[in-house]
Order: sequence, then C-alpha cells, then structure tokens
Amino acid sequence: MFVVCVLFTLTILTILGLVIGYLIWIGAGSLSIKFFTELPSGKVADPGGMKHALIGTAVLIGLASLVGIPLGLLAGIYLSEYSREWWLASPVRFISDVLAGVPSIVVGILGYELLVVPLGRYNGWAGAMALAFIMVPIVARTTEEMLRLVPHSYREASLALGATKARTILRVVLPAATGSVVTGIMLAIARVAGETAPLLFTALGSRFLTTNPNLPFPSLTVQIFTYATGPYPEQKRLAWAGILVLICLIFVLNLAIRLTARSVRVAK
Amino acid sequence: MENTLIQARETTLAHRMVPASSKQPEAIDAPRGEPVHLPREQVDAPADIHEQINSEDQLISIDRFSLFYGKQQALYGIDMKIAAGKVTALIGPSGCGKSTLLRSLNRLNDLIEHVRIDGNIYLAGQPVYASGVDVIKVRKRMGMVFQKSNPFPMSIFENVVYSLRIAGEKRRSVLEEVCERSLRGAALWEEVKDRLHTSALSLSGGQQQRLCIARAIAADPEVLLMDEPCSALDPLATGKVEELIHGLRGSYTIVIVTHNMQQAARVSDYTAFMYLGRLIEYGPTKTVFLTPHRRETEAYVTGRFG
Repeated sequence: MFVVCVLFTLTILTILGLVIGYLIWIGAGSLSIKFFTELPSGKVADPGGMKHALIGTAVLIGLASLVGIPLGLLAGIYLSEYSREWWLASPVRFISDVLAGVPSIVVGILGYELLVVPLGRYNGWAGAMALAFIMVPIVARTTEEMLRLVPHSYREASLALGATKARTILRVVLPAATGSVVTGIMLAIARVAGETAPLLFTALGSRFLTTNPNLPFPSLTVQIFTYATGPYPEQKRLAWAGILVLICLIFVLNLAIRLTARSVRVAK
Repeated sequence: MENTLIQARETTLAHRMVPASSKQPEAIDAPRGEPVHLPREQVDAPADIHEQINSEDQLISIDRFSLFYGKQQALYGIDMKIAAGKVTALIGPSGCGKSTLLRSLNRLNDLIEHVRIDGNIYLAGQPVYASGVDVIKVRKRMGMVFQKSNPFPMSIFENVVYSLRIAGEKRRSVLEEVCERSLRGAALWEEVKDRLHTSALSLSGGQQQRLCIARAIAADPEVLLMDEPCSALDPLATGKVEELIHGLRGSYTIVIVTHNMQQAARVSDYTAFMYLGRLIEYGPTKTVFLTPHRRETEAYVTGRFG
C-alpha cells in the first residue's frame, strides 16, 4: 500500500515537473524585457510585448476585487454571524456553493447577456463583473469558514462587556480572523487571475493599451489564447512566455497565501 | 463519623467507576451519577432561605425565575436575593443550573436559541427582563469572568481598555489610567507593566484569567459574575485569583459559580445550593457548610454526592 502511494505520488510529481520544465524551457527562451515593456507591434515577425495585457489584467482584477471582495466579505459575515436568526442562510450557503462550482464559461455568457448586449459592445466592465461574480462565492465561503473558527468565547466576552453585536464583529471577530480572511481573498484573486472563458465574451481582449473599461479590454489570458490559437510561430512563442508569467504570478500569489497563513498561525 | 465519611466517598468513587455505557440515557441537564437519590417531593419543597440574608442590602433580586431550553426546563422558579458588596457562591452538582442562572443575570442566555424564561430578575430594583430594557446597559453593569480565560487576541493594554474603546473613549491618558488601575485591581500590574503592548495570549493561564478580571472591572461594573473562574487553573494561580476575589469584595457584588466546595467556603459570604434546577438552600456560607438545614445540602457539602 505504502509503496503504491509513493509510486503514484512520484508519478504525479514527475508529470508536474515535466509540465513546468517544458513551460520554462520554451517560455523562458521567449521571455525578454520587451515582453513587459512593449505593446503589440502588429508585425508578424516581431510581435512586440504584452504590456497592454499585463496592465489590462491588473485593472480587471482591481475592478473585480472592488466589487467582489466587499460583497463576498459581507455575505460571509452574514452567514457566520447573523444567519442563525433568519431562514435565508441555508439557501444563500447552498447557492454560493453552486455558484463556486459553476463553469466559468457560463459566467462569461451571463456577462455577455447582461452587460455586453445591452451596452452594445464588448467592454471592460463586463469582464470585471464576470470576474467579480466568480470571486464572491469563494470569498463568502472562506470568510464564513474562517469566522466560524474564531472561538465563541471571544464573542461572549465581548458581548458580556456590553459591546453590540456589530462592534463585536468589527473589533474582535474580524481582527481575530484577518489573516485567514485575507488568505481567502488572495485565493479568489489567484483564481480569477487565470480565468479566460468569462473574459472571451465580455472584455473580448484588445491589442491596444487602454484603461477605459468602456472599450474592449486587454487581458493576459485572452491575449495568450489569441496568440496561441493563431498561425504565427512568433506569436505562439509570446503566448508561451505569457503562460510562464501567468504561472509565476499565481505561484507568487499562492506563496504569499501560505506565508500569511503561516504568520497568522505563529501569531496565535 | 470520619469512617462513614470515608465510606461514603468510597461508594461515590465506586459508583463513578461504572462504565458510562451502562448508565441510563440522561437528559442533557440532568446531574450525572449521584448515589444519593433525593425524593422528588424534597427537591420540589420550597427553598430553605436563611433569615440572615434579609438583613443585607440587596442589589439583585431573582423573582420566581424559570428558564427553558426548548422543552427542557433548566431552572424552576428560583427566588433569591443577592447581597450588595458580598460574595455569593452558587454550588451544586453538574447540570444543576448554576451556570445557567449566572448567565441569566446578564442575559447572556439570550444568545442561545430557543431559550424561554418566566419570572424576572431585578438589578437595583430595575427589571433585567422587560421589553425596552437596554441589554447592553445591563451587561455593562455586570462584568463577567468565564470558566476558561478568554482574552482577545490583542495586546494586554487593548484587552483591558476594550470596554472603553467600544464606548468611544479615545483620550490616551484616560485609557492608560484605567488600564493601570484595573490591572492593579486585578493584582496583575507588577507582572505585566513592562509588556503592556505584547499579546495577551503570551500570558500564563492564571495571568490570563486575572487579565479577564481586569478587563471586566475596567468597565466599572457593579456586579462581577464569575463562572468557575479557577476550574482551569493550577493551585497556585487559583490561590492568587481567590486572594483577588477577597480583595474585590466590598467594591463589587460578586456572584461566583464553583464546583470546588473548599473554594466556596474560602471566598464566599453566602452560599446557595442548587439541585436539579431548583434552589435548595441559601444562607451564610458558614451555616450552609456546618449546620445545613436540609438533608440534601448536607449530603452534597460532605461529599456524598455530586
């Protein structure tokens, strides 16, 4: 049994190693400073860089976070702290679990129907909202779980001192769970950073650098998709570089999540 | 006499060694495995309340107070007056309702679902249970110390001044003064004055419990409710907390729930013995322990059950 487990673990690790190794092998060769500093040139032989896509992704994640994080946090607080008093809790919990499992292309179609069709063109807002839609259930459920881990005795002590419920949540419960709640938020960001499908129908992607979300909006993932499915080898190489950058980004985010989680545990 | 006592203890022990599975299933709040069976009519008889209590100034008056957890009744028409500035101990076997009664005083039972009450409790003449009562205000007048020390995961300083913070106090000088006064009041100042801004969780168990007392008295309450404050502490820390309770008597009306009868005898002026959700006997600690009026009180304080 033990030997079989070890064998399978090693197999998986090897596959993972091969994938990452291949990625670095191809991606690193195509990665240069130009990737970060230049815009698409429009020339097939020398396609330029992906500065526009990097900025686009950052803006999209920022806008999505602005909407998704507060919504998710408040829903999580509601589920953990207030839901006992109302029947609404279990439907909310169930639906957020379902939402967390919805294929992201469905979210893309939804964004298309709700924000692209009425506005008459692909735009950044629709992309950001689609990403926010993916973030909400993740943030809500992790926040709920983390707040539930805060010992009940903290709440009792605070209430016994004459604090209102709202103050107890803001001053004791949330601070006690900050680290783990932040972990949940970063988890959600890492998840949407790699999303492509919801952006295909909403932000569409763009070859131009823009910060106006009313226009079709560039993003790293969609740009990778476009280049990788295109016919030109130079663009394909650029897509590989983009994938490497994306993987690194998500790796760094996950590393940060682990570090915060650990520092929280040490503090406790 | 001594022999019979020892014998009684041995039977108690023997009884306790019966494996749990062989016991009849019990209601949640029923006391576990008491060898002395009390006839129902004795339990239901009105509480024996000693005369001396009526000569005291009374701060809290519990008036035919009953409490139900759903269908399960946990307290049966408790009638009891608590003397101002004195230490009153609530004793009784597990599940007798003493903690429930304590938590009813500051309405902490409100947090539990399906709790229903009957009767009332008066704090300095004002009802605690009534529509329009500001629960927050009631709780501010009664500090509470819990069985397991529960300092917040903040600095020692922030723990102590928590009640001021939630009241919106911002002046540094006020906060610092209250912090020092409360920590001195809880006999903790000398031990922590150099590390007020380190985490409260770095303190030892006994220090944490005294910190919780400091946090409670920082709110300047009239009453201190203590729910088995020493049950998780070693004898040395217990001694310190008991000493502290001694020192606080007079300035605060203290109600303490305890499992430890020696502790009740050491720290309290009055003792109330509860059993099966009823108040059985209530009087000056000395009389309750040495010449109890009721047979079941005697059985409990001599260690024959509980």
